[in-house]
Amino acid sequence: MLDILARYDIVGAFWMTIQLSFWAALGSLVLGTILAIMRVSPVAVLQKLGALYVNVARNTPLTLILVFCVLGAFYILQLSLAPASAPLRTQIFLWAIVGLSLYHAAFVCEALRSGVNTVPVGQAEAARAIGLTFTQSLSQVILPQAFRGAIAPLGSVLIALIKNTTVASIIGSQEASAMMKTIIENETGSMVVFFIFALGFVILTLPIGVGFTELSRRLAVKR
Amino acid sequence: MFTRRLIATAAAAGMALTLAACGGGTGTPGSTDGAGGDGIKIGIKFDQPGLGLREGNEYTGFDVEVAKYVAQELGHAEGDIEWIESPSAQRETLIETDQVDLIFATYSITDSRKERVSFAGPYFIAGQGLLVRADDSSITGQDTLGGKKLCSVTGSTPAQKIKDAYPDVELQEFGTYSECLPALLNGTIDAVTTDDTILAGFAAQEQYAGKLKLAGEPFTTENYGIGLKKGDVELCEKVNAAVTKMVDEGAWEAAIEKTLGAADYTPGPGNPPTPAACS
Repeated sequence: MLDILARYDIVGAFWMTIQLSFWAALGSLVLGTILAIMRVSPVAVLQKLGALYVNVARNTPLTLILVFCVLGAFYILQLSLAPASAPLRTQIFLWAIVGLSLYHAAFVCEALRSGVNTVPVGQAEAARAIGLTFTQSLSQVILPQAFRGAIAPLGSVLIALIKNTTVASIIGSQEASAMMKTIIENETGSMVVFFIFALGFVILTLPIGVGFTELSRRLAVKR
Repeated sequence: MFTRRLIATAAAAGMALTLAACGGGTGTPGSTDGAGGDGIKIGIKFDQPGLGLREGNEYTGFDVEVAKYVAQELGHAEGDIEWIESPSAQRETLIETDQVDLIFATYSITDSRKERVSFAGPYFIAGQGLLVRADDSSITGQDTLGGKKLCSVTGSTPAQKIKDAYPDVELQEFGTYSECLPALLNGTIDAVTTDDTILAGFAAQEQYAGKLKLAGEPFTTENYGIGLKKGDVELCEKVNAAVTKMVDEGAWEAAIEKTLGAADYTPGPGNPPTPAACS
């Protein structure tokens, strides 16, 4: 076990996993919030569009989305997210973040919508009664409470996202599971290799689970 | 109450299905032990054109041809062979857990693998090659790769070789070689690299006829062996005798021509190899 740890840059690979997770979490939070607002908005077209996006994105395998991003968008349609002079690894990194964000935004949206449902109807009615517009009542009254109610499911989405970054190895992202494939190729697939990487992910995700549970308890709106 | 029971039953059924899928076998009763007995379980790739490919119930490719010949020499008719899919990462485990008797799956003999399984053969010597567009003359071998974009499979030996030995090459890694080909054909990638046999297998496929070619000489050496249970010298020697006979009879060459011939492929130096001593 020690010689595997010494010969391969496993920490570096997990650092790539963390970077992917961080940016994809940020991307999916922004996109997911926009989608959730669309779905709870009073405009029928926006509601339908939001629902369509969520149903398409969460029912498409992540593998397919990522392969489409790199093979379809980058290689076939030749859409570039960085200047053409940027190295290939930068392009792949950016596309991996886009693909992961597009997919997980659907889950963030649904988590937030469940948070919105924890806000009593009276809150929205009171906000409108004192003269707040839709935008004001959403940003000042509903969403702050919705986020606090959605912390636990958002934590689950984040944990799933971290583990799902492993799929990015199939488009050549040099994260933990790509390193695992390299080690299995060279050293054969043994329990030791499996445990090293399982442990790595437990170290990443377990504190997040504990932290989000604690946060959701502390930030819960007392009613 | 009824609904709950229904859900429980459905869940149990689902789990049973999953477990059955894990077993992976196709339900041939009565397992066998290595040579002898009626059936033999042979591990091959199911997704490698020209080497080991499953199309419906048909199995084709060079690995399959060698496997059939060896099985026959061991006393198993073609109908008694149970083909089992052996993805690269699972090959040692499949042998150790007796899920297969022999593996013919572009299985390179390496020291770390020898610690867990034994190898008969080699029955073929492959090398890392380059697959380029038929009209591309800028890549003629490993010395002309500077600044080019290459494609291979994540974590594979050829991909590692490119990263280590050719730092000025940009490498795209995908889950399978099939994903490299559309990008190669439309010119956004300059070459696909892996064992020349695998490349020839793709080039020999009908839909790529005349569009792709192998460039230059192979620049690594991969000895394809036949994986079997560690320490089974008796079986190993029988397999080696069968491989030697196959080469002597000319069946080996015929198998190459039949499976990879359409790609104008000629095996690299050292072929056909003489099997190494068993240990």
